This record gives sequence, C-alpha cells and structure tokens, in this order.
Amino acid sequence: MSESEYKLGIARSLIGGGNVSRRDFIHLGLAAGLTVAAADKLFVSTARAEPMQGGFAKLGMAHGATTDSIDPAGYPDTFTQTAFSGSLSNSLTEVDAKGNVQPDLAESFESSDGAKNWAFKLRKAATFHNGKTVTADDVVTSLQYHMGKDTKSAAKSLLESVAEIKADGPETVVFTLKSGNADFPYIMSDYHLVIMPAKDGKADWASGVRTGAFVIENFQPGVSAKLKRNPNYFKNGKPYLDEVEFIAITDLAARMAALSTGEVDYIGRADLKTLGMLKRNPKVEIVEVTGYGHYTLPMNVTMAPFDNPDVRMALKWAINRQEIVDKIFLGHATVANDNPIAPAIKFAKDPQPQHSFDPEKAKHYLKKAGMENLKVDLSVADAAFAGAVDAASLIRETAAQCGIDVNVVREAEDAYWDNVWLKKPWCASYWSGRATADWMFTQAFAADSSWNESFWKNPHFNELLVQARAETDEVKRAAMYAEMQQLTHDDGGSIVLVFNNFVSAQSKKLAHGEVAPNWENDGLKMAERWWIATA
Amino acid sequence: MNPVARTVLERLGLGLITLFIVSIIIFSAIAMLPGDFAKATLGQSATSETVAAFQREIGIDRPPVERYFVWVAQMLHGDFGSSFASRTGYRRSVAEIIAPRLYNTMFLAAVTALVAVPLALGLGILAALYRNGWFDRLVNAVTLTTISFPEFFVAYMLAYLVISRDTFIGSDFAQSLPHWLAASLGWALNAVPKFPTLSNVNEQTPFWDHVWKVALPAITLTLVIVAHMMRMTRAAIINMLASPYIDMARLKGMSPMVIVLRHALPNAWAPIVTVVAFNLAYLIVGVVVVEVVFVYPGIGQLMVDAVKSRDVPVVQACALIFAATYILLNLIADIISIATNPRLLHPR
Repeated sequence: MSESEYKLGIARSLIGGGNVSRRDFIHLGLAAGLTVAAADKLFVSTARAEPMQGGFAKLGMAHGATTDSIDPAGYPDTFTQTAFSGSLSNSLTEVDAKGNVQPDLAESFESSDGAKNWAFKLRKAATFHNGKTVTADDVVTSLQYHMGKDTKSAAKSLLESVAEIKADGPETVVFTLKSGNADFPYIMSDYHLVIMPAKDGKADWASGVRTGAFVIENFQPGVSAKLKRNPNYFKNGKPYLDEVEFIAITDLAARMAALSTGEVDYIGRADLKTLGMLKRNPKVEIVEVTGYGHYTLPMNVTMAPFDNPDVRMALKWAINRQEIVDKIFLGHATVANDNPIAPAIKFAKDPQPQHSFDPEKAKHYLKKAGMENLKVDLSVADAAFAGAVDAASLIRETAAQCGIDVNVVREAEDAYWDNVWLKKPWCASYWSGRATADWMFTQAFAADSSWNESFWKNPHFNELLVQARAETDEVKRAAMYAEMQQLTHDDGGSIVLVFNNFVSAQSKKLAHGEVAPNWENDGLKMAERWWIATA
Repeated sequence: MNPVARTVLERLGLGLITLFIVSIIIFSAIAMLPGDFAKATLGQSATSETVAAFQREIGIDRPPVERYFVWVAQMLHGDFGSSFASRTGYRRSVAEIIAPRLYNTMFLAAVTALVAVPLALGLGILAALYRNGWFDRLVNAVTLTTISFPEFFVAYMLAYLVISRDTFIGSDFAQSLPHWLAASLGWALNAVPKFPTLSNVNEQTPFWDHVWKVALPAITLTLVIVAHMMRMTRAAIINMLASPYIDMARLKGMSPMVIVLRHALPNAWAPIVTVVAFNLAYLIVGVVVVEVVFVYPGIGQLMVDAVKSRDVPVVQACALIFAATYILLNLIADIISIATNPRLLHPR
C-alpha cells in the first residue's frame, strides 16, 4: 500500500465524523491515483455509509385516517405503526435486519422451566420523555392494558398465552405462560406492546409520554405527525435525525408525485406500475425487501367440496403462481408454496414438491376425489390485497384448463374483513406475517385460533405445534417445524399464493443500513435507524 | 310584513325541515351499511370479545332509534357530540375535528371563487359581446374542453406538468424528439411555476403559504367550474340583447359595451347568480377527489374517512353542514335574484 493510499484509507474513516471536506478528500484521492470523478463517488458512498447527525426528513406514509390515535390498542396501519410505535415508543424487544430478536427496552431476557417462565431485565438508563425511569410496574400495566375482558386491543389474542405478569423488583418483569414458548421474546416485539408510564395503576397512553427516539410535537389525525428528537434516548447516538414528519398520502399517484418533486424524502408502498418512471429520476432510489407478508386464498375445510383434501390439492395445482407474480405484482413478489413461513424466517423449509401449474396433476387429484369437473365460488375484493380481483381472474383461466370452473365473486371492499373473510367458503386474505414460525402458525393455523381462516384442524399438526413451542433443542425443533410446514403444504386449507415485497422509494438524500424485513418501513423503525447523508 | 323578509323566513323554516329529513336519511343509510365502527377499526384483528367491548364503550350496542334521538337532543343543545374515535379520558369532539377541516375547505373554495367567478363573468360578457366571433369560439372550446375532463384527470395532468418541469429533459421521450423541439419544450416547461403537488397544510401554516399550497387544487377547480358559469352568463346576456329595449338603446347610439353592462346585465343577474351559487356549493361539498389527489385536508376527505370507519357522529355533522351549505347558498341566490328583479316576488 502506497503512502497516499494509506492516507486515503484514514481520510475515508474520518468522513463520517464530518472531519474531512469533499475538496480535501478529492485532493487525497488524486494523489492516490484516482480520477476526480472516482474520488468524488468514493466520497459520496463513504459519507452515506456512516450515520450522520441532524436534519429533517419528511416521510410519506401510505395510510392515515382521521380516526387515528396514539392509543396502542389500535395502530391499524403503517401511519400509526411507524410514527407512534416505531418512533415514539419502544417494546421490550425488537427484530433486527437479519430477523433475529434483540433486546430493546429490555436489557436481557432468559427462560426457565421449559420456556414457561420468562424474566425480562430492563435497561437501567431508559427513561420516559418526562424524565421518569422505566420500571417493571410500567411494563406490567402497559401489557395488562391489552389483556382482560374489557380491553379493546387488537393485540389481545397475542397475549392469550400469558397466565401472569408480575414485577420482581423495579428492574425485572416475570412472565408465566400457560404453556412453554421458546419464541416468547419475539412476541414482545409486537408494535402494540409498547411501554407506557403507569398512572394510578393504569397505562397512560393519552399523554403521549413514551420512551422512544422521538417526542410528539404536533399530530393531526389523518394529515400529519411531526416528531422531534429525544435528546435523552437510551440508545447511544440514536436517533440521527433531529426531526421527522410523517405525512399521510393515501393516494398512490399523489405519493409518487410528492417524491418526484422532492416534497417528501420517502414514500411507503410505491406504485409498481409506474416504478420504471420513478427509477429514471436520478435523485430517487427504490428500496425493496422480501418480507414475511403473504397473500392467501383460504378454503373452509369444513364445507364441501373443500372438506376433501384431494379437491384442495387439485386447486393447489390449478394455479399459475409465476404468472400471477409476473403479471399482477410485476415481479415484486416471490412465488409461495402453500407454506406461510417466509424463507427469511428461522426454521423455514421449502416443502416438496413445489406446487405449480400442472393441469395433469390437477385433473388427477380431481379424479381421485371422484369428480369429473368442479364448480366453486371464489370471493375476492381488493380490500384483501391490491390485485386480488385480477389474480382471481387469472386463476379462473388456468383452473378452466383443469376442468375446474372458478366463479369469481366480486365482493364489496367496504367491511370485507367483516362479511367475507371467515364467512365465505373460499376467499382472499392477507397476512403481514409474523417473525417466527410458531407465532404465524398459532395465529392462523392452530385449531383454537379465532383467525384459523381455513378452519383446518389437523390433530397431528396441532400436537406438533404445542410440542415445538416448548422444545428448547434447536435440532428437534427444526425437524418439527419442517414437518408442520409439509403438513400445511399437503393437507392445509390455505393456498399461499405469493410473498409480497415491501416496495418503497426514497430520495438519495436519505441513507440507512440493511432494511429489516419484519414489518414495513424498516421494521417500522426507519425514523430511529435512518439518517440524512448530506453528501 | 316585507315580502322579501317573509320569503327569507319561509325558506329558512323549510331549510330546517330539510335538514331534519337529511339527518334521518343519513343516519338510517349508515345504519344499513354492513359493519360498524368497532369492526371497521379492528379490521382483520377483530374478535367477538374485543368488538363487544368496543361497542359498549362507544354506545353502539344500543338500538339505533334510541341513538338517533340522543343525538338529536344533543344537537338541539348545540353539541355535535363526540367522535367514536374518542376514548375514556380522551374526548375528541366532532366540532373540534371538523372546524380545521371546514376552514380549509372554505379557504380553498374562497380562493377558487375569487379567481373563477370574476374570470367566468368577464369571459361570459366578452363572449356575448363578440358572439360568434373567433374569441367567442376559442373561449367556448377551451372551457368546454376543461369541463369535459374528469377533475382527477385535470388534477393529475397539472401535477404531471409540475413534475415534468424538472424531469422532462432527462426522459426517454425528450431524447426521442428532435433536439430543437425538446429544448423548446423544456424551456416552456421551465416557465411553469414550481407549484407544490402536496397541499398539506395545518393550523400553523401562514396565510400566504396556505394560498401558495392550494394553487394547484384551486387551478384545477377553476378549470372545472368556469365553463358552466361563463356559458350561463353569455346565454343570459345574449337572451337580453334580443329584447326591444336593447334595440332602443342601440338606436340611441350607445356603445355595445355600455349596452351590455348597463342595460343587459342588470336584467340577466337571476340565472347567473343561480348558477354561481350552484358552483360555489359544489366547491364546498363536492371537491373530495381534488382533495385526495393533492392531499389537502378538507372536509370532503374527512367525510369519506368517517363513512369508511362508520364514525357516525362525524358523518352526520358533515352531512348537515353540506345540506346547510346548499340551502343557504340557494337562499342567497334567490334573494339576489329578487332584489335585482322585483317581478319575481309576484309570480303570475
């Protein structure tokens, strides 16, 4: 290494701290034999790679309604989730970019008694925005807010497995579960389960005093929320931004326009159809992550003809998933294989064979079920997922070639989850996915779950689910989850069509590390994790 | 009693009855929609227990008739009630939710009206004056074109124009054009002011900033409403110009401009004012599409949001405001018509 190259290396390491100007750096680069353009490029990429303090980011969210509030019993969509859970508050744990659970407000956690008892130790340095230290009592009341008969929380079913929560001294919270759950720390990362200060024995959500990286400055439901940096945040150096504004832009074209004109620095859920045009804009780049979210077509296995596993199998072979990915999601999705566990999740295994479009196999299973042809209704609306109606039309075409007449029933978008989902024998559904195999299976496939959307009650599957949850031997666990995934693939009532990508777009002004796949907007924590690269 | 005052009182009384009927229709229409606030808010995560707890808290477990009369009683006390988004210890009154939105809507309507009404009247008068000439044809063609496009199309085109201002030169389309054409188009686009495509305002937005931010929605709405008012002005004046008393004025040797302004226009006010009132009402109650495209927090968006989430108190209040707007604007239009043409007081 020559002397100038050595100096260049040192200079690169100093850029992040703002100690080397672009001009000085280019001088050094020239001395090291680089061209001006190459040195400049190197400066920009290095500067963007190191987090920098300061700045104001405007983030365009795909949701937002006038009924939004900071109450964590709600948080129905990405606006409230990103602004109030991910930026204003913290849960006990969080999920990192690799999909592993990490301590957040908790400093550490450990289990005993076959993962039935969990002790979470809180961080000593953590305080609420009003300066009060976070104690175990705050954690207990915050979580109890989502439990009990009178709660209106959407997270109620999540905490159903918890028998008791109590404080053990000011810094430790002890959970007793109804049955062992090795993945319990993942559940504590849920965006509803944020920690709020206790006031008179009740969780005080209305004041907006939380622990997060940002403090509320101004919130207009359905319009915007402006938050400013919490100078006493317990994570070293974070957040990088001084101020963030979340703007509700529900109209797709308006969102794309706002990013193009630079009126916002980031938009969630970019328009796939005009993504090509956006890519041509030199100031903009696309961020795409394959998340855990997936689109399904649940069949009610308690009703004819779906009570026959061969009929289910025939339908699974009668769908051209690749065509759906290409034509409807324009490539921004991954073909799924009737297994709801995304490839990025621990213990995920791709069951064999891959279900694809094969009229011969579909006809074979139909014959096995004792039918020449079949007529079924498929109830869809784009409220289930954008593109559901188009996907159903494609399915009608391919199924017709297998002797299956799929009658696509277009349902009203309004109140779809109320009137169609869990009510019609075959419909479309969406899952944002869960961070662990157990969590996903427990909510959408377990026999006793109120969201078991296919009413599928395979005894062996349900036995395995309970066993695997409490099993602490990783190898045995992996084998059990592999078997369960094979069961949903072969026998299950849900056709898992595709895993959808989170496609967002940002100005090159913004920089970030690897983006987390667990929820949208960098695991909802973009405000805390992202920074402005001034270069 | 003064006949004008009597008409006004009569109309106000009828207006109140109309409002009452509107409130019943809206309330029962929402009651007939599938789902309720609890289910709409919880969405996919609704379980029967959480829904029941929710319904108890906001009181929608009680029969609809009882709820309606409780609401009417509140209204008579001047209380619009609380939104269903309220929680124990965290009241969100409907008045508080609606006030800033109504202000924003009125602001946009006022800015648009200040541009559109004088423009439409001016163009209409000029078109009548030079009727069947090239000016008349041009104005008619342009305004009929803009009114024929759906408003969201006009809105997106304007937004696209602003975006193209910066990106046109680098686009494939520009590369495929001859150089001189691309350069002059780029130059022309550069003359477009850099209007904001995002009209997100809040209470802290300064006045002139607010005006600047509503520029694109106001231009869109102007393009949509000018034709109607302009053509009515033109037609009403031309109609008058055929009267014998105008011939008299002409024979006296008065200039065409004076004839139109001093003799024709005063008698043509009635139909013009009716159309203007109709369009002003539209600016207040019918601009939800434009609000959505430009992300402008107006009352239209609020009402659509509230219908989606079944937030009945907010929907009711919005509906009553819309109905009252129509009633009042029509009343004002009638009063102006009567004042400019007292014959209307004594219909034969």
